[in-house]
Amino acid sequence: MFSAEESARIRAEFPELDVQINGAPLVYLDTAATALRPRRAVDIESAFALTKTAAVYRGAHTLAAEATEAYDDARAAIAAFVGASPNNLVFTSNATESINLVSLAIQRASAARDASRFALTAGDEIVVTELEHHANLIPWQEVAHATGAVIRVAPVTDGGVLTVDAVRSVMTDRTRVVALSAVSNVLGIVIPFREIGLIARDAGALVVLDACQAAPHMKLDVANSGADFVAFSAHKMYGPTGIGALWGTTNALEEMPVVLSGGSMITRVDFDSADYLPAPAKFEPGTPRLTQAIGWAESVRFLDAIGVDRATAHESALGSIIYGRLAEIDGVTILGTNTGVERIGLVSFAIDGVHPHDVGQFLDSRGVAVRVGHHCAQPLHKRLGVESSTRISFGVYSTESEIDIAVAAVAGVRSFFGEGQ
Amino acid sequence: MNLEGLYQQIILDHNKKKAGYGLTPGGEVSHQYNPTCGDEIQLKVVLSDDGATITGVEWEGTGCSISQASASLMAQEVRGMPLAEFESFVGGFRDAMRSRGEITLDEEEFGDIAALSGVSKFVARVKCAMLAWVAAEDSIARARNSLN
Repeated sequence: MFSAEESARIRAEFPELDVQINGAPLVYLDTAATALRPRRAVDIESAFALTKTAAVYRGAHTLAAEATEAYDDARAAIAAFVGASPNNLVFTSNATESINLVSLAIQRASAARDASRFALTAGDEIVVTELEHHANLIPWQEVAHATGAVIRVAPVTDGGVLTVDAVRSVMTDRTRVVALSAVSNVLGIVIPFREIGLIARDAGALVVLDACQAAPHMKLDVANSGADFVAFSAHKMYGPTGIGALWGTTNALEEMPVVLSGGSMITRVDFDSADYLPAPAKFEPGTPRLTQAIGWAESVRFLDAIGVDRATAHESALGSIIYGRLAEIDGVTILGTNTGVERIGLVSFAIDGVHPHDVGQFLDSRGVAVRVGHHCAQPLHKRLGVESSTRISFGVYSTESEIDIAVAAVAGVRSFFGEGQ
Repeated sequence: MNLEGLYQQIILDHNKKKAGYGLTPGGEVSHQYNPTCGDEIQLKVVLSDDGATITGVEWEGTGCSISQASASLMAQEVRGMPLAEFESFVGGFRDAMRSRGEITLDEEEFGDIAALSGVSKFVARVKCAMLAWVAAEDSIARARNSLN
């Protein structure tokens, strides 16, 4: 874990940590939903907006050229952070849009009955996993409705573990897409996504990886992830909302039809046709998200300066501590096993007799911010036998003393609501 | 507002001992979801033979203490109410819930339901309190449609 000095230095970068909630200092344990933002990334974004705003990829004036350079540099920094070439990194609004770019491209190719890997026909199969976030499930349901393809679900164990064999068991010679997460956003368990991806790709399937929880909390090497496409979002990486990315292999991005079109993505234009630029421009019509890209790039430089491997170690150690301490509280049931798996610093749990909304409200009264509900994963909750849960997730600024506050608050929940007396 | 202002003892009690819980067969059951938490309720308003009076509210569902207590309190308080009054009763409840703490439910009119007044200061919880009431309105609308 980080030393007290390093923790203090990191925390000093986050002004929101000084906020008081209901008279108590904020204990922010909802980083998996949206991470807090370091001052330097907001300052850079703000300074850029105030003195450097200009149109990107058009105009010959000095500011336009500088804005273009800054935008390209931002893309390069973010790409380098996840092990990508900038040409393979398409900016989107968020990870949900990233996945939809692929699923909608599949629908277009299928409707056009083209010869590419993107064209599905009735009876083809799309494999998803039982622990997917709705963002990596509903788009595939839409593809199934539009094409007659069938959804096949790779099951998890009672402990929430998704094995390579579980995915293999639902793959057939009709499997055309395998959509999976790198890390469960409910359980925090790291999925053997690379092995699964390589198997699926060998079988000729397109592999779409939701890396939202992986990108900020473990070293993510997209080029060696086993996936054809990887989606992630800035706001979970200490960056701004409104921007995310879709990484794709060179072949996949070349083959993939466009869904959105317009200016900035073309070379020659006539009235009846046009030629398109290669990726990433091919998939980024219209005015780009300039200041968001600048802010995001600074947030990954911030993470890089800490070292994402060190951040992972710190957060996972905190996750392991709180897992043990929560498990000791009467009436608390933690979702997902802690043995034989790799986890990020994230734990979800249920409390006997008390609904997660009430848990969250009680914790909030003590300044502790957590996520409650189904975390956009209703099928997984049903599988694990609960409607919803309370989720604690850590970031680079989290500390062991915050665990003490959170655990004490959780321990007070049942008596407040008249349970277990 | 402090936590005790939200979770008054009446609410905690009704969350444990729920009035009107359990659906009998028949009638116009409304099924409502709260999309943020996956909570759901099935509820029907039972009317007198002439359709003029509420003789009971029956419901089943899962949810937080606010949603459960709200359904239970409604079931307790609206029995015997003329249907013609129910519409403005729901309107008054909704206005108070959406008032961000500006309107307190009148105990004379709302009885124990007034204990839910504190919910209006917690914007995220207003939907929880409204779930049963939306279901009641829907159940009545369905009953009217099936008569027409």
